[in-house]
Amino acid sequence: MKKLSKNAKSNAVTYAIVIVFYIVMQILSGSGTLSSSLTGQLIPICVYICMAVSLNLTVGILGELSLGHAGFMSVGAFTGVIVAMSLQASVASGPIRLVLAMVVGAVMAAIVGVLVGVPVLRLRGDYLAIVTLAFGEIIKNILNNLYVAYDAEGLHIRLLTAISKSELAEGGFMIINGPQGATGITKLSTFTAGFLLMLFTLFVVLNLIQSRSGRAIMSIRDNRIAAESVGINVTKYKLMAFVVSAALAGMAGALYAMNFTGVAAKKFDFNTSILVLVFVVLGGMGNIRGSIIAAAILYVLPELLRAVNDYRMLFYAIVLIVVMLVTNNPTLKNGVNAVWTALKGVFVKTVPVPEEGGESDE
Amino acid sequence: MAFLSNLISGISLGSVYAIIALGYTMVYGIAKMLNFAHGDVIMVGAYMCFCAMNYWGLPPLAGILLAIIICTLLGIVIEKLAYKPLRAATSLAVLITAIGVSYFLQNAALLIFKADPKVFPSVVTLPNLRLFDGSLIISATSIITVIVSAIIMVALTLFVSRSKTGKAMRAVSEDKEAAQLMGINVNGTISVTFAIGSGLAAIAGVLLCSAYPTLMPTTGSMPGIKAFTAAVFGGIGSIPGAMLGGILLGVIEILGKAYISTELSDAIVFAVLIIVLLIKPTGLLGRKINEKV
Amino acid sequence: MSNSKLAQVPSNALIPERDLDKTPVLETHHLGINFGGLKAVDDFNLTVGRTEIAGLIGPNGAGKTTIFNLLTKVYQPTTGTILLDGKDTAGMSTVQVNKAGIARTFQNIRLFSALSVEDNVKIGLHNEIHCGMWSDIFRLPRHWRSEKIAHERALELLSIFHMEDMANAQAGSLPYGAQRRLEIVRALATNPSILLLDEPAAGMNPSETSELMDNIRKIRDTFQIAVLLIEHDMNLVMGICEGICVVNFGRIIAKGDPDEIKNNPDVIEAYLGKKGAK
Repeated sequence: MKKLSKNAKSNAVTYAIVIVFYIVMQILSGSGTLSSSLTGQLIPICVYICMAVSLNLTVGILGELSLGHAGFMSVGAFTGVIVAMSLQASVASGPIRLVLAMVVGAVMAAIVGVLVGVPVLRLRGDYLAIVTLAFGEIIKNILNNLYVAYDAEGLHIRLLTAISKSELAEGGFMIINGPQGATGITKLSTFTAGFLLMLFTLFVVLNLIQSRSGRAIMSIRDNRIAAESVGINVTKYKLMAFVVSAALAGMAGALYAMNFTGVAAKKFDFNTSILVLVFVVLGGMGNIRGSIIAAAILYVLPELLRAVNDYRMLFYAIVLIVVMLVTNNPTLKNGVNAVWTALKGVFVKTVPVPEEGGESDE
Repeated sequence: MAFLSNLISGISLGSVYAIIALGYTMVYGIAKMLNFAHGDVIMVGAYMCFCAMNYWGLPPLAGILLAIIICTLLGIVIEKLAYKPLRAATSLAVLITAIGVSYFLQNAALLIFKADPKVFPSVVTLPNLRLFDGSLIISATSIITVIVSAIIMVALTLFVSRSKTGKAMRAVSEDKEAAQLMGINVNGTISVTFAIGSGLAAIAGVLLCSAYPTLMPTTGSMPGIKAFTAAVFGGIGSIPGAMLGGILLGVIEILGKAYISTELSDAIVFAVLIIVLLIKPTGLLGRKINEKV
Repeated sequence: MSNSKLAQVPSNALIPERDLDKTPVLETHHLGINFGGLKAVDDFNLTVGRTEIAGLIGPNGAGKTTIFNLLTKVYQPTTGTILLDGKDTAGMSTVQVNKAGIARTFQNIRLFSALSVEDNVKIGLHNEIHCGMWSDIFRLPRHWRSEKIAHERALELLSIFHMEDMANAQAGSLPYGAQRRLEIVRALATNPSILLLDEPAAGMNPSETSELMDNIRKIRDTFQIAVLLIEHDMNLVMGICEGICVVNFGRIIAKGDPDEIKNNPDVIEAYLGKKGAK
């Protein structure tokens, strides 16, 4: 038997965390221990974990800052809603409709990812970031003015001018109504679907990173000029990371939308992109497991502590600044490392007698 | 006549963008960073002026002065606390920090001033200018805005080209290490740059809210991003470029709103940014910077 | 020690006698680049034989690294042509010339420092192994096959410098000398026909340098490739280079074998100034 490689072990732990999370939540919600508000957050948690993991592919692995990740989420969400609602009559099975919605949502987000990525990825650094932001706003702006309806004749899609019910054939209905967004969605998302999406996202991202393509992507991050000198097609691999990231965000978006009866474009604004970025930064750029844990904790924490909910955003802002300062300023970094080592020393000493050290305090 | 009226409001809005863009362009030129929080300094300036006039009963001019002082200090503090420790860090780290600062200012304002929009009383109390028997009305705010931005532009150009500090700024922007060796206080110069940029942001905030009187914690973010667009459009690092880019962008936005679509006006402005960056990333008046291998 | 004699090829250039009947691996004709009016490199003509170890020397700021950047298309030349295996590289990008057979190292080391030593070499092997995104994501048989090949080849290449034991170390954490060696291994991994080394001995102690000299020869002999190196360590240059080209102010001031170069008055003047020429 071959010994498991370092990567394989680390991956196993990451998958295990997600699986344990799922099982524990299932047991808790089954036994009614979980508060109803928290139960309602289970699917969004899964969605935001997928968003964070996929954004980490662009920010942590490729090393380019994308400020428009919510834009891809919204493309997936709206596409997913259109697919699921149009197929209501022809595909009876809810789960199949959900899967179709997510797949088409991902494809659509990938297409938009290519359209955005081809021009954007030629730019570098700050310019790239600001242009992803611009694209995110353009996508939101367009979706805010999109009208989609479905009737016997098929889909009606219009930009800017509203579609009135009287224009539709018998039995027709609105799917997306401009700024109001999508309404009358049949809730298809389940926690299990969210769990499977998390596993799928992890599978795609981890496998991609730990392969020939992933190494090429990381080489661009570490040193673009050296990457070119050894024959790495920088544009190709930048685009690959960006589009895979967009597709996964699209999938997560479809699952997200299908968790509500209605969803509007303004839900997927710059703030949402920043929220996901905070998860990635706090979890550690390039650290996939970190993204999962950070997304879960930061998403749930304010829900648990209602009193501090007003300070949630302020807290996120401070997290961003402090994490960046601590991880990038040599003096601060060494200071924190010293404290960490000291703490570790204390911790390691107490390990042999955990019952005395750990619990008697309480 | 409607076109002329739109053009004038475009130039006026563009002048505000230009003042904000000056802040971006100077900081970018010298600290080589995109100060994402610059837009939110505008908002802070506007709130300061608003409080001074509405709550503390100060005259508009005192309100403006207070706003300038507070924003200047704020700019220096932000630079010292958040950006200075990251001088040697990657641009990604600096940008994320700047976004954090922006987010912090917005949410601090949200807690202090609440989300409900305040109606900002114009600081310009002069009557509007009526031309052609009233068929063309130019608001006094527009006129003052254009005049103020023209004065700032001239003053800043003179300052940068003539004064000792201005020369130090140019030296630091060319080569930080060399400037240091020549005895220039690099950190001090960067602080001055942030101070000037933030002071200008306060003026921009007051002018912006005088023309568009809704004041909210997010008031600064959109104009901030658009002004950055303007700075890039004109050529980042170039002072005349910021002015030109700002005015062109203001005109494009207002004309786009009037003749293409109100709903999609933001999309149009951002499309301009994308097109400029793709066709001429150095902007209209910018210089090309070669990467050293 | 190589005792090969330099012989003239039809273009008047000098290459080792054993390479005479083969197309030179690299030829430049009137190569030049202007930076805003300044001629950083001008009328640079060089021919490198198929298995030659050639040296490019000159005082600081002479334009040596700029020549490397021109050869690897980091900069596009303003004038002149570069022939690689007799083929014009006009219009090619850095990536394309690497695929066509030029690999290089950098004066200021450019490793993928957050990645492991083995991954650095595997990235060098990128175009030598074939596996697409879908095979990678869904772990198709092709992925496992290509990963196995990459792993074996990487260790084999690392063994040139006896670095197999460091395969799992983080590249950025290696000592300076090892980083320089890793860069050479990474460049070799791209299967080049000519290897450009930019100051390979910089920061090495004399014993490391002499080991490096042996290794450069070993690489040439094993892979039957040419090496063009920039170096300030004259012991290394005079010890292993067959042909040497001296540049100053972007122009060639002398070409020849080590003995000719050592005694060339122009070279002595360029290095030591006018007084030294006496």
